Amino acid sequence: MHATLRAMIVAAALGAAVAPLLAAVVPPVQAQNAPTAVSIDNFIFTPQTLTVKAGTAVTWANKDDIPHGIAWMKNAFTKSKALDTDDSYSLTFTTPGTYAYFCYLHPHMTGTVVVEAATDDAAH
Amino acid sequence: MSEFDREDGVSRRKVLECMTWVGTGVLWTIAGGVPHSLGLIDQAVAQEAGGLTFLQISDSHVGFDKPANPNALGTLEEAINRVNALPKKPAFMIHTGDISHLSLASQFDDADRIISRTRLDVHYVPGEHDFLDPEQKFYRERYGRGTKGVGWYSFDANGVHFIGLVNVVDLKAGGLGFLGAEQLEWLEDDLSGRSASTPIVVFAHIPLWTVYPDWGWGTDDSAQALSYLKRFGSVTVLNGHIHQVMQKVEGNVTFHTARSTAFPQPAPGAAPSPGPMKVADDKLRSMLGIADVTFRQGEQRLAIVDTPLQA
Repeated sequence: MHATLRAMIVAAALGAAVAPLLAAVVPPVQAQNAPTAVSIDNFIFTPQTLTVKAGTAVTWANKDDIPHGIAWMKNAFTKSKALDTDDSYSLTFTTPGTYAYFCYLHPHMTGTVVVEAATDDAAH
Repeated sequence: MSEFDREDGVSRRKVLECMTWVGTGVLWTIAGGVPHSLGLIDQAVAQEAGGLTFLQISDSHVGFDKPANPNALGTLEEAINRVNALPKKPAFMIHTGDISHLSLASQFDDADRIISRTRLDVHYVPGEHDFLDPEQKFYRERYGRGTKGVGWYSFDANGVHFIGLVNVVDLKAGGLGFLGAEQLEWLEDDLSGRSASTPIVVFAHIPLWTVYPDWGWGTDDSAQALSYLKRFGSVTVLNGHIHQVMQKVEGNVTFHTARSTAFPQPAPGAAPSPGPMKVADDKLRSMLGIADVTFRQGEQRLAIVDTPLQA
């Protein structure tokens, strides 16, 4: 109990000290630890829709005992190679837009990556 | 009646029974123009079938080594040993896809090395796991000679017209299996001018009827293909992909899926996903060859009867 309380106090103090530094270096959304990973588990992409800033590298990791592969609508990007168990695939998004993808082995599996401009309007 | 038919509901016990199908093939015979299943190949007696007898194996997934079956090549070998032990040699074999797990040349090599021991002609159609090499060429180089498009074809044997279709290429986002306009056009053409009394056997990897769309178990444009088959008196559609036996009869069309030689998959909706189903190692092996498919005169459907060798 006491240990937990102490840890929380330390974390809060650290957060207060570090937050301004982070804000100075990276955009605010990144500072909130926006996820940049998509897990493939039980034939589902999670999160189904991932929103990132332009310039972000997104990584897909296959947790299933069966291979999956990522193909992009309108061939926006080259499809991934087949991802066997524990294989992963990364793609860096440079251009804002909405990119839909699906598994080319199991096309009922679908997902979307929304890429926002790196210059941040959400700050307002 | 079929205990595995989706419409009949699937109990937990039946799910377990479905798992017992792994590791063997179905022996088919055609007498009087109607294909009958003679049962699991290890149980199939060499019946003096007057007509044509052929064998179906499916989903060997050579290279699969995950917990559901660390040695998929070994169970394929067992299935092939059972084929070779048949008292009466079938005329040929069909393989309904997912020969390999990842389309590696070595996986196709291993599959060929084992399957060729039957010394049977093998007519293949690809599964989605057979088109994973970067250039998508290994399957076509090995099995696609003389085929159209990405690998569809037809042939005749003992008065029966066989059609091998490909529904695992160029799949569409959000969709199921896919045949495509070019293949459908070919199919219509291939069937035109044939007598309606010609028995037809269609085989493809993914089921050509909608088994369970939530898991992608169906083919988007299969209705179009089936419309070309409507006028025929005897149509049998043989598929794999779902690693369990299911069947359905609709008019003159009998749909049937074969089990895998590699690993079982859950009954529709019985698990969070259709991924490989892990059972105890000793259970997997004791389950080999302990159920059969029979045709009973006077019944419209093929009967699937679970017959465990060990209680």
